[in-house]
Amino acid sequence: MVNLIDIVLMGLLLITAFAIVRMRDLFAIVMLFSIYSLASASFFVNLDAVDVALTEAAVGAGISTVLMLGTLAMTRRHEERRPRQPHLLPLFIVAVTGAVLIYGTLDMPHFADPAAPIHQHVVPRYIEQSGTEIGIPNIVASILASYRGFDTLGETAVVFTAGLGVLTLLGRFGRREELSDGRSMYHDMILRVIGKALVPLMLLFALYVQFHGELGPGGGFQAGVVAAAAFILYSIVFGWDRAQKIISPFALNIMMACGVSLYALVGVAGMLLGGEFLNYNVLGSYPAGGQHLGIFLVELGVGITVAAVMLSIYFDFAARLAVRKLEGE
Amino acid sequence: MVLGLYNYWIVVLLMMTGFYIVIAHGNLIKKVVGLNIFQTSVIIMYVSMGKVRDGAPPILTDGVTLYSNPLPHVLMLTAIVVGVATTALALSLVIRINEAYGSVEEEDIHTQEQSS
Amino acid sequence: MILVILDILSWICLLTGSFLGISGAVGLFRFPDFFTRIHASGVTDTMCTVLIIGGLMLQAESWQMVAKLLMILLLLTYTSPTSAHSLAKSAIRGGLRPTLGSGD
Repeated sequence: MVNLIDIVLMGLLLITAFAIVRMRDLFAIVMLFSIYSLASASFFVNLDAVDVALTEAAVGAGISTVLMLGTLAMTRRHEERRPRQPHLLPLFIVAVTGAVLIYGTLDMPHFADPAAPIHQHVVPRYIEQSGTEIGIPNIVASILASYRGFDTLGETAVVFTAGLGVLTLLGRFGRREELSDGRSMYHDMILRVIGKALVPLMLLFALYVQFHGELGPGGGFQAGVVAAAAFILYSIVFGWDRAQKIISPFALNIMMACGVSLYALVGVAGMLLGGEFLNYNVLGSYPAGGQHLGIFLVELGVGITVAAVMLSIYFDFAARLAVRKLEGE
Repeated sequence: MVLGLYNYWIVVLLMMTGFYIVIAHGNLIKKVVGLNIFQTSVIIMYVSMGKVRDGAPPILTDGVTLYSNPLPHVLMLTAIVVGVATTALALSLVIRINEAYGSVEEEDIHTQEQSS
Repeated sequence: MILVILDILSWICLLTGSFLGISGAVGLFRFPDFFTRIHASGVTDTMCTVLIIGGLMLQAESWQMVAKLLMILLLLTYTSPTSAHSLAKSAIRGGLRPTLGSGD
C-alpha cells in the first residue's frame, strides 16, 4: 500500500531537514524551514487533515518565517561559525533515542488501519452524533469549539500570554512618535500597486475562512493568521509607521484581551442561563441553535485574539528594528 | 512489517534530525529552527495515526460513510498554535540575548559569562 | 467522446507544465548568475502555472471548482512575478550587479 505522493513528500521533508543540519548560512536555513513547513502542509492534505494543513501552511510557512527573518535582521549575522569537532556525544544520544523510539513503534498498528484502537472509543460518537447534536458539517470545528471547548479556551489564553510576553520583552514604552521606518518599499511602484490590490483580498479571504469554517476547512486560528498577514504585508510595503496609524498598538492590546474575554463570557453566559460553564445548549431556544450561536461567538473570539497577537508580535519586532536603526546600534 | 510502519520510522528520523540540531549546534537561531522541525514531525506522527485507509476528510458529506479520525486533527491544531507562540517568545529572547551579549553563539555567551 | 478529448488535453497540459517546471528548476542550478536564475524561475511562475492549472481546470467536476482554480491562478499571477521583482530589486539595492558578457 505504497502511495507515490507520500513517498515524494516524505523524501522532500527528509532532504530539507538534512540540508538544514549541514548548512551554515542562517538565511538559507530559514528559507529551507519555510519549504519544510509547506511540504508538511501538503503531506497533511494527503493524510486527510485539511484543517491542520491550512493552519500549518498559514502559521509555519507564513508567520514563523516572517518572525525568523525579523530576528535575522536584528542579530545581523547570517553565517554561523564552524562547529567544534567531534560530535560523537550528540550523535550517540540521538542514535540511542531514535533506536528506542523505533522499538516503541513496533507495537503500533499499521499505518491507515481502520481497526486501530484510536478509532474505537469516543471518536465514533463524535462522528455519528455531531450531525444531530451540533449540526455543522465540519467535525473538527465542532470538536474544537464545543466538545473540547475548554482546551481551546486554554489555547487562546496561551496565545494571549505569548503576545503579552513578547510585548514585555520587546515593547517600547514611549518614544513611538519619532520612529519612522526609512526602509519601507514605498518608492517601488510595483510593490505598492500589488500590495494595495492584495490587502483587501487577503482580508476578504480571512473573513471567508472565519465564517465558512463551520462548513469546510477553516476556523478562528487560520482566519486570524491570514488577517494578520494582510496587515503585515501592508506594513512591509508601506512602512511600519503608516501601518501603526491604521491600527494603533493600543487598539491591538485591547483586541488581544477582547477575544479571550469573549470566549470566557460565552461560557459564563451558559452558566447564567442555567447550564454549566461552556454549555452552549442553553444559549438558544433549541440545543442545536444554541450550539451554532456558541460556536460562532467562540470562533470569533479566537480569530480576534489570534489576529491581534500575531500583528502585535510583528509590530514589536519591527519597532525594535527601527529603534536599532535610529540609535545606530 | 516494514511496509506497514515505514511512515512512523521516517517521522522518527525527522524527529531525531531536529533533536540533533538542538543539542549539537551552538547558534541560538538554528536551535529554534531545530525545535520547530522536531515539533512539526511530532505533529506529522499524530496526524498520520489518525488516517484511515479509503477514508474521507472529516467533513460531513452526503454519501460518505468512512471518515478519517478528527480527534488528532483537533489536538494538533492546538499544538501548532502553541508552537508558534513558543517560537515567537523564543525569538524575542534571542533578540534580547543578542543585545545583551553581542552574539548569538552559545560559546561566546558562555565565555562572556565565565569571564565576568 | 468529449470526455476523452478533455482527458487527453488535460494530460498534455499537465505534462508540458511539469516539463517546464523541471526545466525551470534545472535552470536554477545551471545558470551562472543571480539575475539569470531569477529569469529561469520566471518560467515556473508563468507558463508552468498556467499550464498545470489549465490542465486541472479541464479535469474539474463542476463550474465552482473551475472558478476556484481561476482565482488561484489569478493570485499566483499576481504574487509570483512580484516576489521575483522584489528579489531582483533588493539585490540591486544591496550592491549585486549582473555579470555582463564580454564583446559581441
